[in-house]
Amino acid sequence: MQPRFRLLPEQASTYAQQVDALAVFLTAVSAVITLIVLLLVVYFALRYRRRLPDERPAPVKEPHWFENVFAGFLFVVFMSMFFWGARTYFMAFKDAPDALDIHVVGKQWMWKVQHPDGTREINELHVPLGQRVQLTLASQDVIHSFYVPAFRLKQDAVPGRYTKISFEATKVGEYHLFCTEYCGTLHSRMIGRVFVMEPEKYQEWLAGTVADEPPAESGAKLYRQYGCSTCHGAQAPSLAGLFGTEREVVMPNGQRRKVRADEGYLRESILESTAAVVPGYQPIMPSFRGQLSEEQVLQLVAFIKSLRDARSDPAAGAAGGTRAGQTGDPVPDKTPSLPGPAQKTNRD
Amino acid sequence: MTTLDYIPAAVEPRENYLNISYRLKSWLLTVDHKRIGILYLISITAFFIVGGAFATLVRLELATPAGDLMTAETYNKVFSMHGIIMVFFFLIPSIPATLGNFLVPLMVGARDLAFPRINLLSWYLFMIGGTLGIVAALSGGVDTGWTFYTPYSTAFSNTNVVLTGLGAFVAGFSSILTGLNFVVTIHKMRCPGLTWMRMPLFLWSMYSASLIMLLGTPVVAIAIVLLAAERLFGLGIFDPTRGGDPILWQHLFWFYSHPAVYIMILPAFAVINELITCFSRKRIFGYKWVAFSSLAIAVISFFVWGHHMFVTGQSVYGGMIFSFLSFFVAVPSAIKVLNWTATLYRGSVSFDTPMLYVFFFLGLFVIGGLTGLFLASLGFDVHVHDTYFIVAHFHYVMVGGVLMAYLGGIHFWWPKMTGKMYPEWIAKFAAFTIFVGFNLTFFPQFFLGQLGMPRRYHSYPEEYQVLNVMSSAGATILAAGYALPLFYLVWSLRYGRAAGPNPWGATGLEWLTPSPPPTENFEQTPVVTKEAYHYSDKELQVVGA
Repeated sequence: MQPRFRLLPEQASTYAQQVDALAVFLTAVSAVITLIVLLLVVYFALRYRRRLPDERPAPVKEPHWFENVFAGFLFVVFMSMFFWGARTYFMAFKDAPDALDIHVVGKQWMWKVQHPDGTREINELHVPLGQRVQLTLASQDVIHSFYVPAFRLKQDAVPGRYTKISFEATKVGEYHLFCTEYCGTLHSRMIGRVFVMEPEKYQEWLAGTVADEPPAESGAKLYRQYGCSTCHGAQAPSLAGLFGTEREVVMPNGQRRKVRADEGYLRESILESTAAVVPGYQPIMPSFRGQLSEEQVLQLVAFIKSLRDARSDPAAGAAGGTRAGQTGDPVPDKTPSLPGPAQKTNRD
Repeated sequence: MTTLDYIPAAVEPRENYLNISYRLKSWLLTVDHKRIGILYLISITAFFIVGGAFATLVRLELATPAGDLMTAETYNKVFSMHGIIMVFFFLIPSIPATLGNFLVPLMVGARDLAFPRINLLSWYLFMIGGTLGIVAALSGGVDTGWTFYTPYSTAFSNTNVVLTGLGAFVAGFSSILTGLNFVVTIHKMRCPGLTWMRMPLFLWSMYSASLIMLLGTPVVAIAIVLLAAERLFGLGIFDPTRGGDPILWQHLFWFYSHPAVYIMILPAFAVINELITCFSRKRIFGYKWVAFSSLAIAVISFFVWGHHMFVTGQSVYGGMIFSFLSFFVAVPSAIKVLNWTATLYRGSVSFDTPMLYVFFFLGLFVIGGLTGLFLASLGFDVHVHDTYFIVAHFHYVMVGGVLMAYLGGIHFWWPKMTGKMYPEWIAKFAAFTIFVGFNLTFFPQFFLGQLGMPRRYHSYPEEYQVLNVMSSAGATILAAGYALPLFYLVWSLRYGRAAGPNPWGATGLEWLTPSPPPTENFEQTPVVTKEAYHYSDKELQVVGA
């Protein structure tokens, strides 16, 4: 991007259009209020300036209705700002199940991205124009925040949970990607680029990269490697068709609650396996905390998601229709120059 | 033997709280609220200079896009120390601990605060906390930002987090004790006739701020203890790798730190109430509304903390409630602005330096407040959260609001505190310099934020440079503006014109005492027979020297 002076950022997503409309409204209301206060203060100050040193102006009448009407009027104005803002926000954070699902892991000080077909990139994100894209964000260490000013979108990547954000790009181009949550020494270098491409160009770009296996397939391998299939389907609940359903679970204190089996729940069940147990089963599943990197957990979740229409649990040998069965292979990482967590299984 | 009779009585130096003793011990062990106010004034001015030096370094570094003046590590420490010192050791104590200490007993017609020794203790706690903060800065600094977000602060930063936290922790108790002292004093020590509805609004605002100090500060103290325990003993509360929740820190921190911005701004409102009535010679418009809006702010401010967390992944419904409450808390502040403006109507407005600060306060606070609504508005906050927009917003409120009111208040009560007038013309010049410098520094930052420049960035893309250079240039003017009062106020101590008891012709009990007041404040307990701000009284006169 050429260095040039501008006062408004580029607008490159449907959300950006909504935010800009909201911004125009907020600015207009604020400008009117500021102007009224300014004019009144200046007018009163000049009109009623002290002309004689011993002036003693008489008190003015304070009509009862005045403050009530003013407070009521302001409340209405503020509420219009509130509703408009809330409506816009709801759209950005609405779950988008049919969107292109891209995984983003933040770590000091880089963004690691994986596309559904397995393609990985670092500090860059390629997305197709005019298609809904949903980012599932995780963090390997501290809190980061994924921010694309041209999309007007920002979402924290919080260690220990998943966050999601979705958008639809509207303009082909190259845009800034910033980390906006202070994350340590090189916070200001945790920046990158977002490329919005015509859908065909995006497909070409995907084809032109050396794609890794899709995350769901890596997840299937991990599923075998860690022996998940020994129990699940037998003395542990089946995972087939689990994703997205509502179920009842028992918490360690014996209380029951309803949960939806979404990404966050699956993540918790893998890492904090006794936190919520399906009634009728024993809390005997070991915790995989410390054994799996954030990216591996994301892959396992992607695999379990892929079983959403399956009727029976994958058996040890032929899990989820994978291409090959080299059980125990480390998950290949396309970026060997950077030590990704995927390469240090059982360590971090 | 009789020669003494020839000395006119007026020349004989009257005994007051300043000249009663010049020994150092008489200052360090004083329980006189006025002297403690002066101790605070000197100490927070020192902290302001240190915090300002850090700000200067920040603006110097940001004059160019590349991180070329200092390393990223140093820059992170510099902006962190700027924030920590300015918030915990300057802004929070600024008006309450100096003007509040000096004026609350005078305004209620009492000899001192309810607990004079506790008042001295709170200054010592403040100094211990401040010293710990400075020691932490000198012995390597801290790089977490003033917000200490976990898990960065607990598990990743290798800097003096615990020592700095301890400084803020100890200083917090000073704030709690000051709040306690004010609440008890205002409840129990009002002189005969001074009913709640006759109190100067300074006291109402100070009372509301004190409630927040009392109720909010313990929460941040607990949070800091947890933070230290996590760092020192590996507690795990904020550690996601052991089932902890890093977001919990943000809840605890902002549960105090959002009300804390009202600890800073309510005392500023307190000052504006006194100044605008005096310099327009009018009763305040809508006394009850102004009084109760302070209390309303104190209460509602405890329920808006979640607006700092709109993009952390908190539930959208949670976000909606916090957004609604944030708009709600803006209503009482807007009512105050309306009443101040209406107070000018049919008044007799003069343009002395304190009143200039009132005008500047009004302009800057309106901008600061309205941009707060931009941030409360969920959809827009997603865009500008953690960008320079928010930096501009809180500097408009904290510097444009609090610091303008503080300077206005210092000029207004300087004659009372020292018995001397400051030089009017240079003071006006300084006020204009500060106003121009301030706007040039911070207005471009709204655009930087809207363009997407994140805060706490050591280096930035080149397209943001023009606005950053404007901001740095403004900061230079601002620094010069702040330096001026330091010189002419000190100068006036020796060369200033004698002020007399009531140079402004102001109402309020503090103006019935000589300037500077005697240690015991009043010879006899005053009796109040009138409402506050009875500026229409013909007998109210300017009483100069």
